[in-house]
Amino acid sequence: MTDAGGPVIPNFGEGSSCVVRNRVFCVDWVRDNWHGTLEPALLQHLKLTGIAVAIGFGIALVTALVAYRARRLEGPIGLVSDFLYTIPSLALFQLLVPLTGLTVTTVEVALVAYTLLILHRNTLEGLRGVPEEVREAARGMGMTPLQTFVRVDLPLAVPPIVAGLRIATVSTISIATVAAFVIPEGLGRPIFVALSSNLFKTEIIAAGALAIGLALAADAALLVVQRALTPWARKRRPA
Amino acid sequence: MGEEAATGVIADAFTWRTFGRAFRFMADNPGLLLDKTAQQVELSAAAIGIAIAIALPLGVWLGHLHRGSFVAISVSNLGRALPSLVLIAFGILVFGIGFWNNAAALVVLAVPPILTNAYFAVDQVDESVVEAARGMGMRRRDVLLRVELPLALPLVFAGIRIGTVFVVATATIAAIAGGGGLGDVIVNQATYRLEGVVAAALWVSALALGAAGLLALAQRALTPAGLRRERGSGRTGAAL
Repeated sequence: MTDAGGPVIPNFGEGSSCVVRNRVFCVDWVRDNWHGTLEPALLQHLKLTGIAVAIGFGIALVTALVAYRARRLEGPIGLVSDFLYTIPSLALFQLLVPLTGLTVTTVEVALVAYTLLILHRNTLEGLRGVPEEVREAARGMGMTPLQTFVRVDLPLAVPPIVAGLRIATVSTISIATVAAFVIPEGLGRPIFVALSSNLFKTEIIAAGALAIGLALAADAALLVVQRALTPWARKRRPA
Repeated sequence: MGEEAATGVIADAFTWRTFGRAFRFMADNPGLLLDKTAQQVELSAAAIGIAIAIALPLGVWLGHLHRGSFVAISVSNLGRALPSLVLIAFGILVFGIGFWNNAAALVVLAVPPILTNAYFAVDQVDESVVEAARGMGMRRRDVLLRVELPLALPLVFAGIRIGTVFVVATATIAAIAGGGGLGDVIVNQATYRLEGVVAAALWVSALALGAAGLLALAQRALTPAGLRRERGSGRTGAAL
């Protein structure tokens, strides 16, 4: 799967006159190179993002729970995620290269690091927002702590958590384009190839539009998930 | 360019020792790194300055009128969906390669957080405080400058801080579009080898952290004493 795309170097010595002249946008090039270049890059991008957000969410759930239970740790955890978030993505990728090489691992470690700040904060905020009376009511009904957490705390914390997931997903899609500096994968790849072959415009615009479209689509999809998970909030949250 | 970096890297060993060599590279090439740092700071400062000049008055004014929340939210959502690399690449297509193409791309990146934060900062100032100020006979301008703005300052500043972090990070990528800066070293492994790349990466991280730290201190200093006890929820607040 990872190598399916491979580098397909556009050669505008051949192809339609539109491609040869490097016009602003050549539909025929997109059609001819969809299966060879753009589709694999899009799927790789989706995979890079999905894995990073999933792992980041898993870690953030744990750190948020720890910070929620042990307030003393809240400051340090927040500081570390703040610190990671500030490091430029290109630099973080390169700083990991001596340790994990030019691999997907390098990219995923960096992407996960960037999701942590937002996911941790929003999850913690979600847990904090659960009213104490509701928890007491759950306890009064005879729920165990685990039941209370799964059936009361988590559902009530859904809106801020999903809001965090939306932001994390969209920013990960954005940062994953930079991953092409390290591994030949994702939608940054065709952009690099086009930049280094005399600015082949069609490819830059097509890949760029796909990245923006993917971000907007992911955002919309998560919004739908949020609405489905919180039917009681539908009237209050028109946004 | 990714291509060259990819092949060059294999020659170097992937070990902790690379970091030691990176520090030696810093000691051996202070002139190079300082030159590149100056370029990066110049580009970032120009972009931030322009972005503030555009976004701050607009955000504050809309917030003061309590109008345009849709604009503020949309700009912020749209801004996040624009990958920085795509922005730089589009910038090359429109403006060609050079300083101003990069500055323009960076301005587009920095405007959303500054605008959105400024809007919500002023919009969400306690209505009763504003009314009290009006009741004391303050003029509209004084209400804005002496009541709303000081109370909004921490959140306004958080927006500037987020914008600055974005800009410094992306100015690194701008090297592919002739932006110069430390990114020039990072994407040029063929010339500087892995230790040079890692040295520049460490250097630019320090630069970004330093800028964010300074702005955080400035934010604290500018926060009115009465607000200081509350924890500023800058980033997530802006993000939501």
